[in-house]
Amino acid sequence: MIAVLAARLAWRQLISSRARLVSAIAGVMFACVLVFMQLGFRAALFDSASNLPRALQGELFLVNPLTLVMFRPEPIARVRASQTLADPDVTQSVPLYLAQTKFRNPDTGRQRTIQLIGFDPEAGAVAFSGLAPLVPLLKRVDTIAFDRRSRPEFGNVAGRLERGGPYDVEVGGRAMNLVGLVSLGTSFGADGNAVMTETNFRRIVKERQASKTDLVAIRLKPGADAQAVKARLATILPPDVMVLTGAELIAWERSYWEKGTPIGFIFSFGSLMGLVVGMVIVYQILFSDIATHLREYATLKAIGYSNHYLRLVVMAAALMLAVLGFVPGFLGSIGLYGMTAKATLLPLGMAADRAVVVFGLVFAMCALAGLLAMRKLADADPADMF
Amino acid sequence: MVSPIALAGLSYTYDKGDRPVLREVDLAIAPGEIVLLTGPSGSGKTTLLTLIGALRAMQAGSCQVLGQQLAGASERQRVALRRRIGFIFQQHNLLGFLTARQNVAMSLELDTASSEHDRLARASEMLAAVGLADKTESLPGQLSGGQRQRVAVARALVGQPGLVLADEPTAALDRQSGQDVVRLLTELARSRGVPILMVTHDPRILDIADRIVAMEDGRIVAAPSGSIDPPPARSLAGSSAPGPGAG
Repeated sequence: MIAVLAARLAWRQLISSRARLVSAIAGVMFACVLVFMQLGFRAALFDSASNLPRALQGELFLVNPLTLVMFRPEPIARVRASQTLADPDVTQSVPLYLAQTKFRNPDTGRQRTIQLIGFDPEAGAVAFSGLAPLVPLLKRVDTIAFDRRSRPEFGNVAGRLERGGPYDVEVGGRAMNLVGLVSLGTSFGADGNAVMTETNFRRIVKERQASKTDLVAIRLKPGADAQAVKARLATILPPDVMVLTGAELIAWERSYWEKGTPIGFIFSFGSLMGLVVGMVIVYQILFSDIATHLREYATLKAIGYSNHYLRLVVMAAALMLAVLGFVPGFLGSIGLYGMTAKATLLPLGMAADRAVVVFGLVFAMCALAGLLAMRKLADADPADMF
Repeated sequence: MVSPIALAGLSYTYDKGDRPVLREVDLAIAPGEIVLLTGPSGSGKTTLLTLIGALRAMQAGSCQVLGQQLAGASERQRVALRRRIGFIFQQHNLLGFLTARQNVAMSLELDTASSEHDRLARASEMLAAVGLADKTESLPGQLSGGQRQRVAVARALVGQPGLVLADEPTAALDRQSGQDVVRLLTELARSRGVPILMVTHDPRILDIADRIVAMEDGRIVAAPSGSIDPPPARSLAGSSAPGPGAG
């Protein structure tokens, strides 16, 4: 009951000065948007980093333990893929070849680095959308499929294909026939992707030996226990390969970006800055509210209001600002996500768990500002009233 | 009947000054009595008022207010006592973002047993009693100085206090509205039997008092009417009260 009356008093005080209320809400909203954008970029980074591993259809994977990140793989012996077939639960073991090379923009003639992914398209170990109907075409000599979600700097590759049918593009200095489009998505390591058979892959990347692959996707019998198979494979395979589950492969790719680069830190730091700025704004508003109403607060103390009650008023004001600032901040961030996703082709979008986290952070930010501002209440001394 | 205020040997020294502002003050106020406290600046009047109002922690002596001994009282006990006292300050100190009625009702919101409807009704009645029935929804900024001080009077009285403490309530007002406010306050207090202790320098309002107490240098120096007569019967109109140090 007391809390309700204190909250009502806080509310009446907040709405009494519209300009001050608007600036306080703008401050909280600003902090919200900043944190949403930072956390959104962070999540997009990690999501995009795992675009490739997530598209792979395999319960287990082999990688070289020295590999740091998928766009710069250390090779593994192709024979390891065959060796896994010794396990009765393994049905298929598909080698994937990864390399980055130059792709010449058919519109401007400029070259950009593109990610090549070579594999047996009939093996079913890769589920890039749009791939299935292209399999017969990809089996021809010197053919590739292009990732339609590649960055626009590669040129209007998809548009030309849709208008005029297959045409030749220059990949790694070789003319390759572009026969179709798949959908995969960019990542921080790759601006664009092209997929092809392993044979065609080696036609572009001539120095690559067929005996060295980069990643092996292993498919198991339905119902097989991946962890048990993983343990068995680890005992029969030499230590030059590492066995990972799909989730581990994604986590391992993410951890490179999170720990091996400053990017994760930068976004965390950016979020923190947003919260600090927001807190300072809210603190300023609450503090000056108390400072300018010091006599009134002292009067309330004189007529029998306790310090506790007045602290409730300040805290209620802080939390109301948190809610009032979060709502427009949340809606604004959804809009900004859409705009930014369009501009960067990163998988940027609102996520419920992130909204909960940001609300928690903003709430804590306002509560902390309230706690700091409360100290000013001590200056409201009812003995000074006479 | 117990005295609303009974002081004995009350002394007080501010932290930094070595000179005591109050020395061995003895004072008793009878139920329903209206007492004016006068004296030059620095004589200790205001300090005395803040001690009686439980706004300041005591140091030495005895101070019984409405039956509560304030010597050694906790902050909680002092806050509880303040709720039973009506305060009127030099400035009105109304909350600028609340209407007159909401300001008056603030005095009642501490009583959690009352309903909102009940509180607002009592606030309206009280505002009517101070002649502001048509101003209940006005913000303090829309009222004149005298009207604001009348709202403050309503706020002080609405909670049916056992005692009213006032500190130069006319100081910020022009002559006429100052007199009006004080007369209104004393009339309402008398009709309710509430005792008032009021600090004032204003010689024009001395006639409203049952008794005038003068202070100088931390001591009570004169209580012109001396004896404690039954207050309601007294009329001091045209009194010969000397009002020492009224300037």
